[in-house]
Amino acid sequence: MKAQIRKLLTVVDETLSEQGQEVSPPLRRAAAIAVIANPFAGKYQEDLGALIDIGEELGGLLAARAVAALGIAGADVQSYGKAAAVGENGELEHAAAILHPKLGSPFRKVLGKGAALIPSSKKRGGMGVVLDIPLGHKDAAFVRSHFDGMEVRVSDAPRSHEIVVAVAVTTGGRPLPRIGGLKVSEIKGEDGLR
Amino acid sequence: MPDVKVRKFLVSVEDIFHEGGPVAATPYRRGAVLAVIENPFAGSYHESIQPFMDDLKPLGLAMAQKLLTALGCEATAIEGYGKGAIVGEAGEVEHAALWHAPGGYAMRDVLGGAKAIVPSTKKVGGPGTRLDVPVTHVNASYVRSHFDAIEVGVTDAPRAREMVVALVMTTGPRVHARVGGLDVSDIKAGDGLR
Repeated sequence: MKAQIRKLLTVVDETLSEQGQEVSPPLRRAAAIAVIANPFAGKYQEDLGALIDIGEELGGLLAARAVAALGIAGADVQSYGKAAAVGENGELEHAAAILHPKLGSPFRKVLGKGAALIPSSKKRGGMGVVLDIPLGHKDAAFVRSHFDGMEVRVSDAPRSHEIVVAVAVTTGGRPLPRIGGLKVSEIKGEDGLR
Repeated sequence: MPDVKVRKFLVSVEDIFHEGGPVAATPYRRGAVLAVIENPFAGSYHESIQPFMDDLKPLGLAMAQKLLTALGCEATAIEGYGKGAIVGEAGEVEHAALWHAPGGYAMRDVLGGAKAIVPSTKKVGGPGTRLDVPVTHVNASYVRSHFDAIEVGVTDAPRAREMVVALVMTTGPRVHARVGGLDVSDIKAGDGLR
């Protein structure tokens, strides 16, 4: 285990109705979150390789937990996203090191596929800071019905020397999509975009 | 009798490995289940509200079961519990009090034989309001190692005419509990207190 994990949190939200309309089947979204020690808090570190490796480890671990929380097969996940919040003694680049170089590959392995870019957000903040994880369709980034966001937070993290890392997966797009654009049925799935 | 209309559920499970001290052999697990429901009494004063407590019983049972499933353990492994409610702005705090009986009844039923009063808290608030749900030992309220609180909330609830009802359960003492007091091994009175 490369990451020193203080806690893990999974959150599942399930929407049954919206504006009086039934959402059928209910939309389910899950986020898996890890609170880890930031090995480079409080100092400037040129080589961020250790965080890149932590990202790889967490990509698999968190994706597996999030998919398990949804109770579906990885291949049935429709959209995804990722985000990180760095405690005050770290820097934004630490979040980037975790999220971007290596986290995606093990994440996609859990899903079986995932041609689209994994949308992401990052910030530095104190304990309880809110992360809005952007969500997009896993095979075609332009699917308009699946642009969404899931808010997560951990009330006692990140402490100054910690990083909160989150991934989110869903069983569908927004509850009542009706603004047109590329539909799931029209996905070609070749370039990750359409 | 008004039907209970659920807009969404939210379930969260937290595994706490340490908080700066020794890593726990078994992580301390805490979970919460929240339901966002329509407040049938929103907008005007209703003298008679008590029948709604019976209407809430099936929801309470379903939530307690949902939480136990998410925690992935036997009912006998649950050592702490609590409950709470947040009422949207068109309601009153008395509506939150309707959750006392069905919420407590549900957890006792699912856990079987829990003796202690279920600690609770409540408030009126807007979407995203956070609630610190108190936690105490399921069989003896004075067990000091099990006093805890779980912060919960739903980003987009309660809307004005909604209420959020919550149940929480834990699997053990605080991760680094060490302030003495009544120990689990000292429980004997069977009165729910000591």
